[in-house]
Amino acid sequence: MDEHNFERKNILHINLSDYTYFVEERDDLAEYIGGVGVGVKLLQENLKPDADPLGEENVIIFSTGPFTPAYPFASKTVALFKSPLTGNLGESHAGGRSATSITSAGYDAIVIKGKSEKPVYLVIENNRVHFKDARVLWGIEDSLITGRIIAEKEGGRGIRSIMRIGGAGERLVRYACVMTETYRHFGRLGLGAVFGSKLLKAIVVIGRKDRKPVKLKEYREVYDEIFKKAVESDVMQKYHLIGTPVNILPLNELQSLPTRNLESGYFERAEEISGEAFAETLLARRIACNHCPTACIHISALKWPFEEEAYFYKTIMISYDYELIYALGSMLGIGNKEEILKLIYKVEMYGLDAMSTGVVLAWATEALRRGIVGERDTLVPLQFGDFRSYFKAIEYIYLQPNEFYKNIAKGAEYASDIYGGKDFALTFGKNEMAGYHTGEGAYIGYLIGLRHSHLDNAGYSVDQKMKDEIEPENLVDKLVKEEIWRQVLSSLVVCFFARGLYTPELISKAFVPLGIELKEDELINVGERIYREKIKVKKSMGFKIKHLRIPEKIFKVRNFRGELNRDYIERALKYFEKKYM
Amino acid sequence: MPKILTIRDIEKCVGCGLCMYACARRLPKKPFIGYDHSGILSVSLSGFERGATIIVCRACPDPPCSQVCPTSALTPKKGGGVTYKEKLCTGCGNCIDACTISAIFMRDDGKVALCVHCGYCAKYCPHGVLEFKDVKEMEEGF
Repeated sequence: MDEHNFERKNILHINLSDYTYFVEERDDLAEYIGGVGVGVKLLQENLKPDADPLGEENVIIFSTGPFTPAYPFASKTVALFKSPLTGNLGESHAGGRSATSITSAGYDAIVIKGKSEKPVYLVIENNRVHFKDARVLWGIEDSLITGRIIAEKEGGRGIRSIMRIGGAGERLVRYACVMTETYRHFGRLGLGAVFGSKLLKAIVVIGRKDRKPVKLKEYREVYDEIFKKAVESDVMQKYHLIGTPVNILPLNELQSLPTRNLESGYFERAEEISGEAFAETLLARRIACNHCPTACIHISALKWPFEEEAYFYKTIMISYDYELIYALGSMLGIGNKEEILKLIYKVEMYGLDAMSTGVVLAWATEALRRGIVGERDTLVPLQFGDFRSYFKAIEYIYLQPNEFYKNIAKGAEYASDIYGGKDFALTFGKNEMAGYHTGEGAYIGYLIGLRHSHLDNAGYSVDQKMKDEIEPENLVDKLVKEEIWRQVLSSLVVCFFARGLYTPELISKAFVPLGIELKEDELINVGERIYREKIKVKKSMGFKIKHLRIPEKIFKVRNFRGELNRDYIERALKYFEKKYM
Repeated sequence: MPKILTIRDIEKCVGCGLCMYACARRLPKKPFIGYDHSGILSVSLSGFERGATIIVCRACPDPPCSQVCPTSALTPKKGGGVTYKEKLCTGCGNCIDACTISAIFMRDDGKVALCVHCGYCAKYCPHGVLEFKDVKEMEEGF
């Protein structure tokens, strides 16, 4: 790695089929900044669009940005792959120490190809990749235990990242995640199953490489400006205090908190599971991703009695966020904090995506109630609010003991292809919905968002800010504009939670000490370029507006603005197709 | 009055690592991006949710590291700890073995990184874990 050249990209290529690797230096990728921008180019170069997502030909890209580890909040790694859940572009971001470890090992991006003959885990160091036997680790369903075993065995304490899968990834649950540093995840769209399909149990990244800024004085000055803003102003306040679950009560107030498979947008027990309620009684620690002063990871301490011995307790540390409380709480009708934490724990253990798991189980519950599946399928009497059944059902998603669980392990879209119940299968682009029934904006965002997670678009926030009705065309333009900007943020790669801090002006300024000149308006051009490339990738993998399905159910549930309008969404989609596809 | 870096409250550590990056950045004419030049390391107790350990020089008044340094790159300083003359360091690693608490780190370039009690990192600890204070104050505390 050239210590001064922040435009040169070092790409580590790993082939699991023949256990080889090489490093490629690229000077032609600077115009894509890093992160998702560089990642999408690497995906285009290395992946055939018609690849089987669980076949040897799928490719995993991990990509970091030029601000890592130069500045605070640049703590995220972007993963790109073909999603086994949707069959289209998969994108997932995670923090922890993933990004700082990859850059400190001397790489800007890692490309993983092929499939191992037997289970392996990788140890990636500067200029060296070790392919390690993971046969003994294979079959350990608990991702927390896998993490601990590897932590004991490998070096790099304090500076390494340990990414790993749990049992769900091994058993190819299409929404299995990859966990890193225990509480951060490449959560959505099934990267865990892609790991599993390649017999890749874990990746450890360790390194101590550092770099010199090009402009010394300016570097320390810009750093201080960012640091001061982070700790002294209120730009990070939402994440600083109660954390993302601060949204539970306001969204419930707006009848926008999906409840019991979106039977309602209002959960009568929201008070009990609010961010405030968690903070008051269960919040036990806060921890941070590497190089983040905010420490938004909220950890609860759950005192869990031994089943058979009195006065013995396990104290389990479980992280919680808005999306988890929505998906495993209100969406399943569970209004008890401890029960939600136990479900989160189970999901963490097997390495499942919490959002998809909750929405899949909510669909299964409604399917059982309507009689399109029976208890011989579900094995437990799934019922909204019934913690015990869900606790067991999560285990069954991992174990897949019968056809029904094999099917729901492929997602709600797939399951409703088999059993029916499409109207209430709450998937968008085959991905289970995020927790915002705020209006048309959120749903349009899920449908046209390039990452298929709520985080790429501002749909839910546009819905809430909308005072007067706006035309669907305007709304689409707004969403796309925001998403183009977020392509820039996720190329740097800074945490979206710090988006209030990283203004175009500041970003442009922060590039200077790295010897890169990028004016504010050029940043937007880069964002547009990346956006277009991603659309191209999506189209090459078969993305078509006419294939998008809008579940009927969302039109039957009122929220603060009344009923949602199908024509509005369809008009928006038509416009999007014409203008942006 | 000499000052040294101390750990005020380890239980407040969230594992953000800002101290490490600050340490690497501390020299105005030679700031580094990364942690290879950092003399401070925060590690978790099998996950930061279980707590942290901060590995850093505790400013011994009679430092073993300086006693084994063959080139006098490390010399004891007033108030405890050592000064590090990088130019003289051959990278033999004796000091690393001698430090009872493993607070000296081998750098990628073969020299070592260790805390010289400049206090720069404490300014960037967002949660009051680190403190830079007068040695006298410490003694009175005992």
